[in-house]
Amino acid sequence: MKILVAVKRVIDYNVQIRVKEDNTGVVTDNVKMSTNPPDDNAIEEAVKIKEAGKATEVVAVSIGEEKAQETVRKALAVGADRGILVKTDGIIEPLAVSKLLQKIVEKEKPDLVFMGKQAIDDDCNQTGQMLSALLNWPQATFASKIEIKDGKLEVTREIDEGLETIEINVPAIVTCDLRLNEPRYASLPNIMKAKKKPIEQLNASDLGVDITPRIEQIKVEEPPKRKAGIKVSSVAELVQKLKNEAKVI
Amino acid sequence: MSVLLIAEHNNKELKPFTLNASTAASQIDSDVHAVIIGHNCDEAAKALSELPLIKKVIQVEAAHYENFVAENFAPIIVKLAENYSHIVSSANTFGKNLMPRIAAALDTSQISDIIKVIAPDTFLRPIYAGNAFATVKSKDAKKCVTIRPTSFDSCESSGGSAPIEKADPGEEFAKTKFIKREEVKSDRPELGTARVVVSGGRGMQSGDNFKLITSLADKLNAAIGASRAAVDAGYISNDHQVGQTGKVVVPDLYIAVGISGAIQHLAGMKESKVIVAINKDGEAPIFSVADYGLEADLFEAVPQLLEELNKLNTIQK
Repeated sequence: MKILVAVKRVIDYNVQIRVKEDNTGVVTDNVKMSTNPPDDNAIEEAVKIKEAGKATEVVAVSIGEEKAQETVRKALAVGADRGILVKTDGIIEPLAVSKLLQKIVEKEKPDLVFMGKQAIDDDCNQTGQMLSALLNWPQATFASKIEIKDGKLEVTREIDEGLETIEINVPAIVTCDLRLNEPRYASLPNIMKAKKKPIEQLNASDLGVDITPRIEQIKVEEPPKRKAGIKVSSVAELVQKLKNEAKVI
Repeated sequence: MSVLLIAEHNNKELKPFTLNASTAASQIDSDVHAVIIGHNCDEAAKALSELPLIKKVIQVEAAHYENFVAENFAPIIVKLAENYSHIVSSANTFGKNLMPRIAAALDTSQISDIIKVIAPDTFLRPIYAGNAFATVKSKDAKKCVTIRPTSFDSCESSGGSAPIEKADPGEEFAKTKFIKREEVKSDRPELGTARVVVSGGRGMQSGDNFKLITSLADKLNAAIGASRAAVDAGYISNDHQVGQTGKVVVPDLYIAVGISGAIQHLAGMKESKVIVAINKDGEAPIFSVADYGLEADLFEAVPQLLEELNKLNTIQK
């Protein structure tokens, strides 16, 4: 079985982002970038499946600017066998990403495609579902547990009401939740080894997909700020404030 | 052109967020139709037809719709979409799972999780866990939009009498099989719509200690929330998680107990009307959004808080 894992390079989750003064976006220059957190879970799961002898190859793919190579390299350092980078410039929407991934899937013919359930930059939560629609494959979104059972996957999904379990036939798309597993850290020897693993570079324009944005970003602003609150010195004072000042209890 | 709302329900009743999504849909265009797909869902369809904002209900019934599998739902909505300019649903796990499958089939770039309708093609949506707001304009002919339910009021739920039309079901998608759903039943208010939410974080130190949160929630008739750290640690189940990848809540009162206030948690609660933080670390980021901060050991403060609340003659429900 072959697993393709899509990874995205995003601003690191610990960075407090800043909106650009001209309101065209957020500041990304000299800002720490990392792999989108649930994409780390996706790679981890694929590597675990391979280590368990149930997959033969894990391929990591990223779509983005040249520097997204670092994100692919990181996936290689934690156990992916090889990488693919599809180079694009500027904003690329989930619909375009899923069309590019469709082309990669047609070429690579994986049995499973894993990715994070959501990217923490645009918070869209679309790509996996869109890719499964384009391929007409089953989708298991928000996965917190995956079991492989002869050609099928049993997936536990985190839903608003609790947990849902579905069974899907392979080939399939799985979008991973943060609770799926505990992503490992890359060891230094593995980081060195990853430098020798191959990364195939493609240009999005060579894949025959129209990736022109359909959504015009008119402006990006700071959200309204909360006014500063106060510190209370005791529980009694807190209750008095909630009762008489805020009038919420 | 009109708007098609995708109703969320459990085959008996409408899910409350359908009322918020109806409000959002009506702000896009007043001609709102709603589709309800399910199995033996007549009661829910009737409830839908009674929403005054809904002008027509389309009901699609089949056994394979009983468990809301997106692969079964999407083709039906794609087919209906030819008569509509917009497809709208809630941005909860139901809508998040389903809408992109529809959008891709329609070759439309979806707009997720809007918090405001600026014009029928222009919307406001949070990005970066709500640390920036983007105004976006769709250039697609058909628009697929998911709405953040807590950013729109619920619509009136009675007084309407929209006609209910039946539409033919589609085929079953055989490659996906529903097995089971484990819902956590509770008499408490739902987290997404509760007036008061009491949340615990890593500072609770154990699942057992969450009973302090439970007692406080009982006293205030509140829903129980949790930070991702508390859920990851196994103190409480995932359906309680508040944050960027969990639920977004906007209660009148949010009490954060032993929660440091990571960016991703703040994304889920910082629009609450009044925020209380109880944490022994005076530098914790949660205090930067709290209206009332109490720097104290929660294991002393929460029992005291219960005592003080017991002294009050009345507590708002």
